Amino acid sequence: MSRDGQKIDRRKFLKGAAVGAAAVSSAAISNAQDVESADHQHVPSDIALRVKALETVLTGKNLVDPSVLDEVVDRYKNRIGPQNGAKVVAKAWVDSDYKTRLLDDGTAAIGELDLLGRQGEHMVVVENTAEVHNLVVCTLCSCYPWPTLGLPPAWYKSSAYRARAVIEPRAVLLEFGLEVSDETEVRVWDSTAEMRYLVLPRKPEGADDMNEEELANIVTRDSMIGVAVL
Amino acid sequence: MNSIHDMGGMHGFGPIAVESNEPVFHEDWEGRVYALAITWYPWARYKEWGSFRHTQEKIPPKNYLSMSYYERWFFVNEQKALQTGIVTENELKNGLADPGYLIPQLEPQSGSWLNSGRLDQEIDAKFEAGGFVRAKEINGREHNRLPRYVRGKKGTVIKGNGVYALQDTNEEDEQPYDDPQHVYTVRFSSKELWGNVSHENDFIYLDLWESYLEFA
Repeated sequence: MSRDGQKIDRRKFLKGAAVGAAAVSSAAISNAQDVESADHQHVPSDIALRVKALETVLTGKNLVDPSVLDEVVDRYKNRIGPQNGAKVVAKAWVDSDYKTRLLDDGTAAIGELDLLGRQGEHMVVVENTAEVHNLVVCTLCSCYPWPTLGLPPAWYKSSAYRARAVIEPRAVLLEFGLEVSDETEVRVWDSTAEMRYLVLPRKPEGADDMNEEELANIVTRDSMIGVAVL
Repeated sequence: MNSIHDMGGMHGFGPIAVESNEPVFHEDWEGRVYALAITWYPWARYKEWGSFRHTQEKIPPKNYLSMSYYERWFFVNEQKALQTGIVTENELKNGLADPGYLIPQLEPQSGSWLNSGRLDQEIDAKFEAGGFVRAKEINGREHNRLPRYVRGKKGTVIKGNGVYALQDTNEEDEQPYDDPQHVYTVRFSSKELWGNVSHENDFIYLDLWESYLEFA
């Protein structure tokens, strides 16, 4: 499509958007005022009702199927979570060829396990070693590899973590109980575009006799974000 | 835009509160908001995440900080539903669809926000691995993915990640067409970014669209 064609589309787009824009009030913002200052806690008591209202209205217009919403909630509650990323890590620990592929092209290697998906379309796996420790953050919002780790915990979405991980990663790690030596290089990955990051933790000592499934059971979410080691 | 969402490097938020045995959703409505956002959103004709994020970023800082993550998501759902004319204030107030209200004809955008923004296009890359770059000073009210803490700073290109649609929007949250660009992973030293409080062995990596960068 030519630029001119795009401009026409754009004009039409603007015209269409203007119809509804005039109707928008600041109600949603003012309703959110006067709640406690925290990233997750006390919320306006009417939000559940407002959510229900929007869902009901969209359902009434046949734009939303509540059973599809049920399915999405169930999927993220019960099937998509750090147990998926743990499979990737365990496989890399027992299969050196897979580990090579994983570090070279995370997307392809994670795709081998059918663990790509929304907010995990393009995966980069970064390896912790004796010399390097990796930590993942998203300072601008809360980007996170959903297909391999599930939805992010509240602390990952908190202002404190988003603000501090890039300026004082060692202090952040210390708060999580992890002391990193001055000689160790700390790499902080701020997820600003479409790549999503998974840390490959070091296999703990004494785990050599464990099989792949047993290894997957000892891999924690926090170790794959980089705020913990195993 | 320069607002509170761009938090990297800020002080004053205190320790990181960790909740043990945290549920995926703390309240049922959070799950509904999440599911709504990723299922009905294409009807709003807004592509990708840029528009979604910009709508959140325009929440005044005082309110942004007082809202939870899923409250912000709901705010976007509600705003987009109203802005596009898909729902009316009255319908939301009554919690019922008005059968007499006709939804404006919505032309779906080409592509879909369900995709990642990756584009299969062959474009020459301006920068290459090992090259030095400087992040530009971009301070408009539009949405971009260039945090303030790297603007004007010099880094090293680690690798190219392929071609993606630029996620920037205009001031009205719109991304009406794709702007394909290479995205590069750029490594910045803590010293370059944070000076007197830096650590010599800390390095920060960001993925940046080509138009955010210039040769250094």
